[in-house]
Amino acid sequence: MSTTLADKSALVIGAGGLGGPALLTLASAGVGRLVLVEDDSVESSNLNRQPLFGESDLGQRKAAAAARRLARLVPTVNVEALDRRFDEASALELARSVDVLLDGSDNFATKFLASDVAVAAGKPLVHAGVLRFTVQILTILPGRTGCLRCLFEEPPPAGAVPTCAEAGVLGPLAGFAGALMGAEAVRLLSGERGTYAGRLMVYESRGAHARTVPVRVRAGCPACGSLQHQVEAASVEVEVTRPEGQA
Amino acid sequence: METGGAPARSGPADREPPARRVDIRDVSCPLTWARTRVALGQILAGETLEVLLLAGEALDNVPRTAEEEGHSVALREPWPDAGGRAWRVWLVKGAPRPASELLP
Repeated sequence: MSTTLADKSALVIGAGGLGGPALLTLASAGVGRLVLVEDDSVESSNLNRQPLFGESDLGQRKAAAAARRLARLVPTVNVEALDRRFDEASALELARSVDVLLDGSDNFATKFLASDVAVAAGKPLVHAGVLRFTVQILTILPGRTGCLRCLFEEPPPAGAVPTCAEAGVLGPLAGFAGALMGAEAVRLLSGERGTYAGRLMVYESRGAHARTVPVRVRAGCPACGSLQHQVEAASVEVEVTRPEGQA
Repeated sequence: METGGAPARSGPADREPPARRVDIRDVSCPLTWARTRVALGQILAGETLEVLLLAGEALDNVPRTAEEEGHSVALREPWPDAGGRAWRVWLVKGAPRPASELLP
């Protein structure tokens, strides 16, 4: 069993406003292997909240630019920069290859995929989101604490919730949230349970209001729910669903 | 949707019938393996889990992932009563092996 952070690894989904500061925190703490997945390019609108990039990176691919920046800051860290989308085809294998996952993505589909794949791989996930003046963070310990589908079941319909690009994000708040994610992952990698394990923390920055909501495994959760929902004694008759068009 | 009979109870002669069954025909990756993994967590080492799944991604990946995580495949056969794409797979749970040393 490895005992130091240098022997540990993390998968960071997104290298932007959340993933960037999370990667900085992980690298600075001495985590040995960082896998980042990012399929975007650097734009000028990113620079107010994405600390891995500067003016000279405009137009560059974020994965490569982030790896270069991290290598300059912390030469000992092993960064595997994957310039591609985090999708169903590769997500499970990536998750199984690391010790902890951090979701710094900016869309609900990817956030639900990250949660599902953490449950499938049995790996802890630090989830976070930031919108306008509000941050939320939650650590999912598969089988121990609730996952994203225990909270919401399905992603909201497209267009029902404004995206970061539509609603805006207070730049420094993204850095705050990403640093919280990195620190939480370091706690997990150090063998601690995690401050936000099973606790969704929501912080509204204008009023300095923070509240936490317990997140437990929900019996009917389609990902990690209990036996009543998904598994039955094998002696019970099973409902047969015929694909459409078959007699 | 209609309700029909259970899959044939026959299987390998030297194998106890499954202790549990999980139906993952209604989900896609990675929920296919997530549900299978949760179900494997509910049986004892040496017991068998029957997985009802569809040909394609689930049939390609679920047995392979199970073997990679230390379980074995005792049966893998079409289940025509449930349609042309339905299969059943018997997974025999291996010795307990946590996926993560970080989970308390």
